Amino acid sequence: MPLRLEARELACERDDRWLFEDLDLDIRAGEIVRVEGPNGSGKTTLLKILSGQLTDYRGELFWNGMPMRRARGDFLASLLYLGHAPGIKAALTPLENLAWYQALAGETGDERARLVALEGVGLAGFEDVPTGQLSAGQQRRVALARLDLTPRPLWVLDEPFTAIDRDGVVALEARLVAHARAGGCVLVTTHHELRATDELTRIRLGRGGDDGRH
Amino acid sequence: MAGTETPMTDTEAAMALHREPHGGLVVALRATLKRDLLLLLRRRSEVLNPLVFFALVITLFPIGISPDPELLATIAPGLLWVAALLAALLSLDTLFRGDYDDGSLEQLLLTPQPLAALGLAKVAVHWLLTGLPLALMAPVLGIMLSLPAGSYGVLALSLALGTASLSLIGAIGAALTVGLARGGVLLSLLVLPLYIPVLIFGAGAVQAAILGDGVAAHLAILGALLAVTLMFAPWAIAASLRISING
Repeated sequence: MPLRLEARELACERDDRWLFEDLDLDIRAGEIVRVEGPNGSGKTTLLKILSGQLTDYRGELFWNGMPMRRARGDFLASLLYLGHAPGIKAALTPLENLAWYQALAGETGDERARLVALEGVGLAGFEDVPTGQLSAGQQRRVALARLDLTPRPLWVLDEPFTAIDRDGVVALEARLVAHARAGGCVLVTTHHELRATDELTRIRLGRGGDDGRH
Repeated sequence: MAGTETPMTDTEAAMALHREPHGGLVVALRATLKRDLLLLLRRRSEVLNPLVFFALVITLFPIGISPDPELLATIAPGLLWVAALLAALLSLDTLFRGDYDDGSLEQLLLTPQPLAALGLAKVAVHWLLTGLPLALMAPVLGIMLSLPAGSYGVLALSLALGTASLSLIGAIGAALTVGLARGGVLLSLLVLPLYIPVLIFGAGAVQAAILGDGVAAHLAILGALLAVTLMFAPWAIAASLRISING
């Protein structure tokens, strides 16, 4: 299965200020791309553009060589996006939250798989507690359980390490590397320092004109 | 993320990655209906508020105008319809706001399923727990306004049909204003003018029933309005949600 997300001469303007200009990206299978930059440098905006949520940008996006406009259905079927807000309903239990996400992906899924996924993120025993009563880190973990539950090749993760404890961070990092090694692709923003591996590449945003890859 | 996870072999993982989502719109729709029903039933106040508002507003009229049954009976159809319409409007602001605040709306926009269909499912739940209860409650309040006997069935039926259109039209406004901090007032300004046709034929149907005229024409027009909104509103809701997320 091919996996290639390209951006050509991407530029985005917010409040009369260019967040980034002439940004060329070529993201392929087996890569972890970390978007770096200070607060307000447009990391989240870039992820939203690359995941097809924002449309007010200049430049072109290509998915597997096809213009994004035409490949959108295929692209969405390959994408798993976890935003800044975890997208978890406080009034529902972790199991109910995951069941909805599985159904949105078009799968009925089964309860056992959801339980396994929750156990995988260290939430065994909390399956039936309303998510609103869980801690911020646990709520984030419910969202992260989707990584295992709904297998998708392209992961776009906006600050996935927020509120996660140290052991959780190590496990998640290992999960990202495993995903890349298995032929997946991860696009991530984080202030947490990722361990340098062969898969890791960086994009630096902000601070004037030194945009681009390092 | 705990240490319990067993390491996958590369081939296993590669297989897992290539599992295509076997697109089941029905599955997604059913799950969305179930989720929204569950959410609303767990926060009962949101379901009860419009009903209490409806009852309170209707109670104010005999106090404020006159307890004279004859006078009340002549204005009852209009009063009941206007109060129900405002009660339905009151509940619209929360339709997409919860999803917007916690990030579920972003996820909804990024599913491979058509957004228009998922939006329609959310509106259906809204009608089921707001419009339909309002319609069922209206005859009881009709007694308070000494609405002439024989028009109760038409009142409930016209409201059930009409509030479905109101939910659909209002959802467009709710979708457009969901990104704004104080969208409530703007929502009313946007949506109320569009409610006028539904109000005219809804109240008209009840009036016709009181006068003993045929109500079929009014109800047919209400049904036609519903059919038209059912055709266009889902697309407008989807487009409005995209605009709101872009903002």
